[in-house]
Amino acid sequence: MQISSHILDAPKHLGYYKLCPSSSCVFALRQDARYGWQRGLEQKMSNHEQHETAHRPVQRKEMSRRQFLSYTLGGTTAFMMGGAVLPMVRFAVDPLLVKKGEGTYVKVVEESKITDEPQEFKFKIHQIDGWYVSDPELAAWISKDANGKIFALSPVCKHLGCTIGWNTKGQNEYDCPCHDARYTKDGKNLAVAPNPLDEYEVKLENGFVYLGPVMPNTRTS
Amino acid sequence: MFKSVYNWIDERLDITPLWRDVADHEVPEHVNPAHHFSAFVYCFGGLTFFITVIQILSGMFLTMYYVPDIINAYASVDYLQHKVAFGQIVRGMHHFGASLVIVMMFLHTLRVFFTGSYKAPREMNWVVGMLIFFIMLGLGFTGYLLPWDNKAYYATKVGVQIAESVPVIGPYLASFLYGGDIVGAQTLTRFFAIHVFFLPGALIAMLAAHFIMIRKQGISGPL
Repeated sequence: MQISSHILDAPKHLGYYKLCPSSSCVFALRQDARYGWQRGLEQKMSNHEQHETAHRPVQRKEMSRRQFLSYTLGGTTAFMMGGAVLPMVRFAVDPLLVKKGEGTYVKVVEESKITDEPQEFKFKIHQIDGWYVSDPELAAWISKDANGKIFALSPVCKHLGCTIGWNTKGQNEYDCPCHDARYTKDGKNLAVAPNPLDEYEVKLENGFVYLGPVMPNTRTS
Repeated sequence: MFKSVYNWIDERLDITPLWRDVADHEVPEHVNPAHHFSAFVYCFGGLTFFITVIQILSGMFLTMYYVPDIINAYASVDYLQHKVAFGQIVRGMHHFGASLVIVMMFLHTLRVFFTGSYKAPREMNWVVGMLIFFIMLGLGFTGYLLPWDNKAYYATKVGVQIAESVPVIGPYLASFLYGGDIVGAQTLTRFFAIHVFFLPGALIAMLAAHFIMIRKQGISGPL
């Protein structure tokens, strides 16, 4: 805003602009132009009150008319553009500001069916993705540990995301078919993978196992 | 801060002449509403451009949620309008702005006609303006189908049937617009592509030509 007023003040009809195009020159010219403008104003005024105005100092600290107009027009423009653009920006960032739904638990299997040996169970979650509602099927490897505590591991390999399986090579380990990553029954990474298998949150209710959101492994620290 | 950044760039690239040529626009007294209030009729062109800018912006934002597909189009519009914050406002801007562009453009055309501004040496600008007019109508026609509701479906059906009634080329025109034999999946993607890529591209080129010619020739004289 300020700059535009500087440059526009340069008396282009005098050809100064072409002689020295750098902005510092234009800035210097602006001082002259402003001086000239004020002198012109005073000459006009002096037609009415010759003696009083003749001795008034040339430089005043008041806001110039140009500056006032720049601020007013700039402010109005900013207000109008803001009014148009802000709703759109809010519209675009809406996914960031939507409250995350609390993890819901899904009934998967009877507690009595869980053994020490990990078994794979499939379950469906209800997923609302904008206007697309679906029930994708997930899988979990559920087993009891030595204390009889039930835990569920995610079948997604922590190396590059393939689907692991229990004991496919007869070593009582989780094996990944892609790059031979191996995990213990607790999901501890033995080879290739950088991290232990993720775990589902588990809730036991009325003799059923409910699974919730996926969380980092809690059994291998 | 802003000034020193500007000066730094200006010393290297001498950008002042560039924007100065754009900003230094001569506005004669007879088109300045501050001098003659009736000169507000000269604002319609600028207002058309202002609303066009809003159309382009709001359209860009709408495509963040919209899907041009017969299964999802209606659902995505319903979602963006009712579930997304300010969705009603942004879609409303695009919806009502579309009508407003046509109105403003029509008023601008009337002003140019009745002030005789289309006469020599500005005939080419009149022709370019007419091309813009038809591009805008095309944008309105293709955009109308995109929500994929009943109104959109039947409006497009009628519109394409009108195109079909053109002698000789009519049937070809209709197949081109349908992308097949019916208003369906292919029509929707086709209209989306025309609405979002082809016509806006043409529009921006034509607007550039329109404005460059105004600069070159200046604003027409008083009546």
